[in-house]
Amino acid sequence: MKKALLLLPIVLVAAPYALKPYGIYLLSLWAVMTIAAIGLNLTLGYAGQISLAQASFVGIGAYTAALLTTNGWPLALAFIVAAVLGFTIGWLLGYPALRVAHHYLAFVTLSFGTLVFLVLRNEEWLTKGVYGISGIPRPMILGWSTKAPIDFYFFCLAVLALVSLAAGWLIHSPWGRAFTALRENPVRALSLGVDTRRYTLMAFALGSALGGIAGVLYAPLVQFIEPTAFAVGLSFNLLLMVIVGGSGRFYGPFVGAAVSVLLPEWLRFSQGLYLMIYAIFVMVLLAFFPSGLLGLAESLWPRSSKSRA
Amino acid sequence: MAAVLEVESLSKSFGGIRAVDGVSFAVNEGEILGLIGPNGSGKSTLFNCILGQLVPSSGEVRLDGRAITGRRPCDLNRLGVGRTFQLLQVFSQLSVRENLILAGQEHQGGMWSRLFGPRDAGLGPAAERMIDFFRLSELAAERAGSLSYGQQKLLDVAMAFMAGPRLVLLDEPAGGVNLTMLGDLRERLRAINAESRSTFVVIEHNMEFVMSICTRILVLAEGRIIAEGPPAAVRDDPRVIEAYLGH
Repeated sequence: MKKALLLLPIVLVAAPYALKPYGIYLLSLWAVMTIAAIGLNLTLGYAGQISLAQASFVGIGAYTAALLTTNGWPLALAFIVAAVLGFTIGWLLGYPALRVAHHYLAFVTLSFGTLVFLVLRNEEWLTKGVYGISGIPRPMILGWSTKAPIDFYFFCLAVLALVSLAAGWLIHSPWGRAFTALRENPVRALSLGVDTRRYTLMAFALGSALGGIAGVLYAPLVQFIEPTAFAVGLSFNLLLMVIVGGSGRFYGPFVGAAVSVLLPEWLRFSQGLYLMIYAIFVMVLLAFFPSGLLGLAESLWPRSSKSRA
Repeated sequence: MAAVLEVESLSKSFGGIRAVDGVSFAVNEGEILGLIGPNGSGKSTLFNCILGQLVPSSGEVRLDGRAITGRRPCDLNRLGVGRTFQLLQVFSQLSVRENLILAGQEHQGGMWSRLFGPRDAGLGPAAERMIDFFRLSELAAERAGSLSYGQQKLLDVAMAFMAGPRLVLLDEPAGGVNLTMLGDLRERLRAINAESRSTFVVIEHNMEFVMSICTRILVLAEGRIIAEGPPAAVRDDPRVIEAYLGH
């Protein structure tokens, strides 16, 4: 398994040369959704706080990018603004999590997701409402134009690589350990000096900031955005990506996003049956392997190392 | 001798029931104080009030002369108060070493410096020493959840000492531990007490364990202290016998 992981970057760099533009678009979408899912995996998988609002942060990021770049500002600024907005709003959304947990928290975040959707749809002066925003330009980076699908794909891949490195660092730092402690046993963590309040808010803030960053990439990828793309459906989809891949596992979002983005294409022959097949697949997987596809892989090829990944 | 912990007229009511009723006592530096009493006598409630898990209805708790009543458990821990719980509370997904590092890391610098600092928060060597001291060397890389009950109990106690606390409150450390392991645990606790002058308060039902490790014993019944003194005197006190045996 370790060797297969080393091959992954090579495959990802080589793949677009063998694909048509639509295939390259799907790979780019995979990279973008993986970033959003890595964020949700921090909040849910490591820190154990359920959120059904991740799509809202993708939406906030996408609208930030669309509004800034169509008015002539650089995409780099959109990354900064979206990350700061995601972090701040995510931190505030974390406050209810200090009072409620589990399915109550799910409902609080679900309400927030609906609220953001309504703002995107109704505040036409800012978001152009249901008409959406079109003509979102792809960036020039130090003279390199990312207009062509393959160039923009490499840009998405580069951002994914940076996000992965940062998330990997975080998870293996003392913070990652504190997040795991918070998920497993908050009372004990508190008695060991872990400020569970601050770490809960931080988990929401960081996960949401990554949602925002994913949104900043999403807008120039599709070049036309409208509110329904960021409705509750996407939040559930992102939640599924984290859980199907393997919640609380570093590579879970990569696998989960691949399933969610590519499976509809593979199942295209089944036409209307695609969602039913996907639903049955998820039910069977989670009934037998609640730890997701990576959990399934681990039970097929047991690892020698004993401590946590 | 200076008192490390002082509890003054502490009360805690739940509805109409006074679980703890005007309890006052002090614990001196280096002392091992036993806290015994029949089930429901208020021992755990008293612990939870001292440790910030519950807010007392009235009264005051002081650590080294400084009022700490109602402070959050994480703040108390960083002031040097450690604890173990009645039921096992190790992090089963983390390895033994990771559990110990976690137990000390929040005492190392600020939150941001921990994020960008070393992954073991500089506690690798300290964790190894603790692992050796509690004879868990062969299990250091195992997930804590895969350890036997007794081994997890040792780890649980070891975690309470990772940050070098001034005061540790142990809630039934001997519960469910076999005799060999119990001897081990007693010896380890005595060694830490002698070496670091840290102060212990121990809730325990195992009388043999309490009598052999504690320097002084408080007896609680119906939320009040009914007897206090060295182990031998408490054991023969008629009020204590009555509280345990009933009327």
